[in-house]
Amino acid sequence: MFEITLNALSAILLVTGGVFALIGGLGLIRFPDFYTRLHAGGVTDTLSPLLIVAGLILQSGGTILSLKLLLILLFLLFTTPTASHALARAAMAAGLRFWGGERASTDSEDRR
Amino acid sequence: MKTALLIAIAAILGTMLLALMRALRGPSVYDRIVAVNVFSTKTVLLIALITYLTGHADLIDVALVYALVNFVAIVTVLKLVRERNLAPAKDPGDHRPDV
Amino acid sequence: MRHIISLCFLLAGLWLALSGHTKPLLLGLGVVSVALVTWLSHRMDVLGAEHDPALFSWRLPVYWGWLAWQMVLANLEVAACVIRPSRLSPQIVEVAAPQRTEIIRVTYANSITLTPGTVALILDGDRLTVHALTQNSADGLREGTMEHWTRWLETGQGRTAEP
Repeated sequence: MFEITLNALSAILLVTGGVFALIGGLGLIRFPDFYTRLHAGGVTDTLSPLLIVAGLILQSGGTILSLKLLLILLFLLFTTPTASHALARAAMAAGLRFWGGERASTDSEDRR
Repeated sequence: MKTALLIAIAAILGTMLLALMRALRGPSVYDRIVAVNVFSTKTVLLIALITYLTGHADLIDVALVYALVNFVAIVTVLKLVRERNLAPAKDPGDHRPDV
Repeated sequence: MRHIISLCFLLAGLWLALSGHTKPLLLGLGVVSVALVTWLSHRMDVLGAEHDPALFSWRLPVYWGWLAWQMVLANLEVAACVIRPSRLSPQIVEVAAPQRTEIIRVTYANSITLTPGTVALILDGDRLTVHALTQNSADGLREGTMEHWTRWLETGQGRTAEP
């Protein structure tokens, strides 16, 4: 019984993780400008790894495989914001427009 | 259980396809980099899922290394796009120590 | 010196966890690589930069748990936007980052970026410029719940009622 519940929960987590990845990918296509697409990329880079790794860990339990998956998740969650920030910063420095007409502020701050 | 794994893999592959479409369409180089970033984090997840599907536990190390390399690659590409050079000569305004 | 020793232990633990082998050859390679990485970090002068005692207190896992929940909520918000793009109202928000130490300030900025719907654009002194995807996520940021939590992570005080 316990086994069945665990498997069902794991399956639900895996499928929702996949669905959120697809939603993020769809946002990547549908959103109007670079900055909004960055947010859509954020969906596929945060929630979907979280759900999929959680689903996989439920299947392998307390093994070394789970530990490695946790490390992957930790590393993804640490690097994703840094990469997004670097991307946004680079795009601002290049003067990419914000959707809605606002212009990116000067890049004086960007260069140290 | 296999079914859930296969559904997740299909969804991840679909996401990768959407990211590729964005990478092809652009319009700016930064849009392409976002798309490539999404593509590579999805590769990590895909490898992790395939590990469970096939049962080859060693494959997870590939995913781990890919997750590490991916971040370095994105930052390097950003620097390349911005500086047009990966090891630019020092300009007078640059105060960074020359290590 | 304290930092060097703690880094060595951390790296050795990581090596053992990732390899899972105890053959003399592999352990020897592990020792060599731990020594190499420690020497490189020493040479790069990054040793100890991130060794803030507050980060290793029991508050960190609590903060991560809260952050994970916030991530789920923020993702639902962005997902709703993907399905109905009319909800989009991207805007630039400026908020204060009054955290005392730099590392917690960066944690704050990174947490903002980690929750989709808000991306930290510029961190300049104690001003933080953020790109928000919707009115809702901008308002959530102005409320300052996350800022309270990061200050609680820093000092153990200043957290308001549960969000």
